[in-house]
Amino acid sequence: MRPLSRVGLYLALTVAAVTFIYPFLWMASSTLKPPLEFGSLALIPDRITLDNYRIMWSRAPFGRALLNSVFVAGTITASVLVLGSITAYAMARLTFPGRRALNAATVAVLLVPGQLTLIPLYTLIVQLGWVDTYAALIVPYLFNATAILMLRQFFLQIPQSLIDSARMDGMSELRILFTIFWPLARPPLAIVAIFTFMGSWNEVLWPLLVVRDEQTMTLPQLLTVFALGGGAGTLGVSLAAAMVLVVPVVIAYMFLQRYFIESMAGAGVKG
Amino acid sequence: MRAEGRSGLLMGAPYALFLLAFAAYPVFFALALVFMRWDLVTEPSFAGADNIRLLAVDARFWRAVANTFVFLAIHLPLQIATALTLALALNRPLVFRAFWRAAFFLPVVISGAVVAILWNALYATDVGLINTVLAKVGVSPIPWLTDPSLAMPAIAVMVTWKNVGFYVVIYLAGLQYIPRSCQEAIELDGATAWQRFRHLTLPLLLPQTILVVTLSTINGFQLFIEPYVMTGGGPLRRTFSVVLYMYTNAFSYQKMGYAATIGVALALIIGAVVAIQRRIIGTAEAT
Repeated sequence: MRPLSRVGLYLALTVAAVTFIYPFLWMASSTLKPPLEFGSLALIPDRITLDNYRIMWSRAPFGRALLNSVFVAGTITASVLVLGSITAYAMARLTFPGRRALNAATVAVLLVPGQLTLIPLYTLIVQLGWVDTYAALIVPYLFNATAILMLRQFFLQIPQSLIDSARMDGMSELRILFTIFWPLARPPLAIVAIFTFMGSWNEVLWPLLVVRDEQTMTLPQLLTVFALGGGAGTLGVSLAAAMVLVVPVVIAYMFLQRYFIESMAGAGVKG
Repeated sequence: MRAEGRSGLLMGAPYALFLLAFAAYPVFFALALVFMRWDLVTEPSFAGADNIRLLAVDARFWRAVANTFVFLAIHLPLQIATALTLALALNRPLVFRAFWRAAFFLPVVISGAVVAILWNALYATDVGLINTVLAKVGVSPIPWLTDPSLAMPAIAVMVTWKNVGFYVVIYLAGLQYIPRSCQEAIELDGATAWQRFRHLTLPLLLPQTILVVTLSTINGFQLFIEPYVMTGGGPLRRTFSVVLYMYTNAFSYQKMGYAATIGVALALIIGAVVAIQRRIIGTAEAT
């Protein structure tokens, strides 16, 4: 490449990168500015204030919402990994009646658009009496078809001899799964863990349907309700609330960005 | 072998039950709801084809569908162009390639709710970042989200910004399969950079382009949190989306039958649009 076009390339990449990163930096800095300074482009405020955070924290239960989000996303991720592995193991390595039907159903699930099932799922939750409970947020996500297909695909590649010799030693299927398969399956398990956790952490439409009580709301929902309901008052306070949701994700992303990209892009394509 | 079958049944059973309750039942019940009237409080009643008849002439529903097409008309070309450009740039030998890719991907990992609130602040007419920058070059404030003809394009640009990193990764994966020898051979034939792009790179990336078009179209029909947070569907219903209408019918009007009908119609529309797009791209390729 000629030196001139090389400079042009890096210049263009820098402009592009600034377009994606600067809004987040501006957001972080805006939350530290007093209302009068809000519109300024400067990333370092003239006068730093924590008022936006104080107001946000006192007007809505964001601490509680943070715990709710961690609990809901954590439980779903654990379940998708553990129950998903058990299912994928059975589908990949055990012969039992109904196995082919289960495989076909899993592929079919991926083809059904979410909008089709949203309303009937909502009426189901209402009839079960689960409105405003963690069950409503967690139970419909306990299994994930994309995760099961990914894990099954990986489990199919593990040599049968490992299973045979473990069975000879009298190991149960569950023990084979968790002591032999799991250590080998760390990469796909990490991919499943990231996209499952992030999907749940960012989800907002489903909570908006099944939760009305502030105490049960996850962060994205409380944030949306807070910003829309006028509780925030100013954009600075809204953005301060958004920071609670963003900061943990950005920190995790900085350390694990390669896995995030592989996981979220991969799941999007397959799912 | 009998022990294996028993283990298999035990290990597969929870998932099978889950599928029955949370996948199969909702699909069938969605179809049943189309013919029902139900407010979740009183007993559901049979509605015949009322929901379908209402949907056929419901100006608000068709407005939302039309809005989605406006969104897609801007979003699809913009998404393909930006994703392809960035992917081609990243495919060169680069210092800090991982950093650039990570920068473009950052908005993908951020919640749509946050991105909507952030862009509300960026688009704000008086104190927004974009108008502040424009003021520096002498442009008077533009009412991005309150002008009926600007609001949907503004949202389309924002969604493009949020998702582009995802599609860059897809295009990058495709670019890796284009053999270097192919590039070199055509270069020796004296093809210009543009000719190389038009007749080699672009056709070879067709599978990725189809994927980008399909996924962005499905995504476009799922537009919800952006209008919900930023415009409430306004101004003049120009950003009102199908999912927002479905949500409003279920949550605010308690019309489960009608909301489910919208959901079924939406699924059918998505299927039809994606099928037509594939047809068009397929024939364009053949000629």
